[in-house]
Amino acid sequence: MIDPSQPVPNIVASTAMTLPDLREGEGLESQTFFSWDQAFRWLVLGISLATAGVLFWLGGVIFQQALPAIRQFGWAFLWNQDWDVGNLTFGALPYLYGTLVSSGIALLIALPVGLAVALITSENFLPGWVRSPLAFVVELIAAIPSVVVGLWGILVMVPWLQPLQLGLHAHLGGLPIFGTEPFGSSMLAAGIILAIMILPAIAAISREVLIAIPPDLRSASMSLGATRWETIFRVLLPAGTSGIIGAAMLALGRALGETMAVTMVIGNSDLLSVSILDPGNTIPAILANQFPEALDDIHIGALMYLGLILFALTFAVNVAAVLMIRVLGFKRDG
Amino acid sequence: MAFSTTALRRTLTTSALTAAIAVSPLLTAIAQAVTLNGAGATFPAPLYEKYISEFQKKNPDIKVNYQAIGSGGGIRQTIAGIIDFGGSDAAMTDSDIAKVSKGILLVPTAGGAVAVVYNLPGVSSLKLSQKSLAEIFAGRLAKWNDPKIAADNPGVNLPDQPIKTAVRADGSGTTFIFTNALSSMNSYFKGRVGVGTAPKWTTNPLKGRGNPGVAAQVKRTPYSIGYVEFAYAKKNGLQAAAIENKKGEFVLPSLETANKALSTVKFPDNFRVFEGNPSDGYPIVGLTWLLVYKQYDADKKAAMKKWINWVLTDGQELNDDLDYTRIPADTAQKAIAAFDAEVK
Repeated sequence: MIDPSQPVPNIVASTAMTLPDLREGEGLESQTFFSWDQAFRWLVLGISLATAGVLFWLGGVIFQQALPAIRQFGWAFLWNQDWDVGNLTFGALPYLYGTLVSSGIALLIALPVGLAVALITSENFLPGWVRSPLAFVVELIAAIPSVVVGLWGILVMVPWLQPLQLGLHAHLGGLPIFGTEPFGSSMLAAGIILAIMILPAIAAISREVLIAIPPDLRSASMSLGATRWETIFRVLLPAGTSGIIGAAMLALGRALGETMAVTMVIGNSDLLSVSILDPGNTIPAILANQFPEALDDIHIGALMYLGLILFALTFAVNVAAVLMIRVLGFKRDG
Repeated sequence: MAFSTTALRRTLTTSALTAAIAVSPLLTAIAQAVTLNGAGATFPAPLYEKYISEFQKKNPDIKVNYQAIGSGGGIRQTIAGIIDFGGSDAAMTDSDIAKVSKGILLVPTAGGAVAVVYNLPGVSSLKLSQKSLAEIFAGRLAKWNDPKIAADNPGVNLPDQPIKTAVRADGSGTTFIFTNALSSMNSYFKGRVGVGTAPKWTTNPLKGRGNPGVAAQVKRTPYSIGYVEFAYAKKNGLQAAAIENKKGEFVLPSLETANKALSTVKFPDNFRVFEGNPSDGYPIVGLTWLLVYKQYDADKKAAMKKWINWVLTDGQELNDDLDYTRIPADTAQKAIAAFDAEVK
């Protein structure tokens, strides 16, 4: 059946003949492939550097335009309350405060609601044919243009909210945050509009996080005799904390920068007020409102300075998110 | 095979021919077209859109673009020299014009009135003297049943309620016209608030973005008073107050009363007027201008000449339909003459 003398030399011969070819071909191919590979690497690197470059370019241009205001007002800009275009004196405090408070209210409302949506749509409380559409519809909120949300806010939500605001003032008027008579547009209205807008991000990301938790954890918890709610609150949510915080920070970033919807319902008042029933103002809102008509270098500078502050604020939120996730992740792993 | 090749070739030839025929006028049009880029005020933007579409029907070889980016943006871009003409509700100041080495000619194109709208349950017609109006927006009159307002409205039962003012949140030419008028009418207002596109209000007013924002604030808040463009108020059937003019008459805003007011305005040689208190007609009116350079290259100059000429003659006929006031005919003729004389 086998003639040992025949095939072996054949194989040797064929390998001996083909090997150099192969090597040559391989070398050639890998060389061309190598250069393509290299080119693609440079291309991708170039694109990603350009993207980062755009950020620095933007920052540079904004800083340059903000310089007249930075030179004139310095750090005092941050706690000065006066914004007077006529006399060219500018201060950022009402806008900085409004941005932080409206976003804070939004997060305070959206986080529990978003988590509830995430739990309901990731657990099997409801049959699957209800859960998926529910999750989809909540995510669809993110697809509504913010100007449409704003119009709905001013025409529908604010009138509907007014009795609630009046009630808060009537019953809890002793507290400074409800201490003034509401006129409709308010910091609270802006916070609620923002909560609606950031809800999909929190709900969708938290849902993915909860679904991604290994089923072993749940089974282990259940088999130790924990009830479903004990499992959710003691095991699942702690396990998903870092992801949920990431979702909240992402949402906060969006809330800080939201413009159109906020400016339509916040009332755009330049006076600082502790009461959340009073109108307020935010950095993006005043930028959108005043930039088109701004003419003096120092006015444009002050607006750009506000832009820089917003930039720094958003940056700080992102850094905080990364740090928190690191710390929490580390603690859990340890 | 042969059939299909022929058919294919035939199809290709036909479609290539068709394409060539279809595209050739387009190509020649592109070759000849002069594009005029403009940017600026939002207040006249609907009118300019209409101007442009009508103008291009008659002059297919000239393409005009207008971006409504705001008066401030229009002036900035005009100074930067990146557009062919600007648009502004606040005429350029001398110091801004000095920044443009080519020189600037101000061409008035249209005017508009600002209506004072209010929400007073039980009151269907409100009259305001110049002093009352200015002092309401300066925060000196705090209640609706103030004797000064009552004196303007004999027989009207004014409520004992605080007055809530509503103003524009965004910087706007409408606010400029309104504060310019109130500052001319009343020195107290001039000292407390002054003239501007985004002045510092002292009444802690409600603020809405754009005309719809102010209208919504007023509609929703009982005992409030605000101001919107007349065209917007008319289109949306908002209740407007009659305002006292210089002659002492209480005048409701309308196209006729606004045109009447503008016809009394004397235009100086540079066409820049800040008349805040015209002697007749509805007193809160303002103008909007095109900012035209005094130097263009030959092609652009010819196109600009046609465009400006058309705006000041045929274009003016469109102003009525869109509820803008016209530029008085003699002033329009003077502006055309100024263009011919000054633009090189």
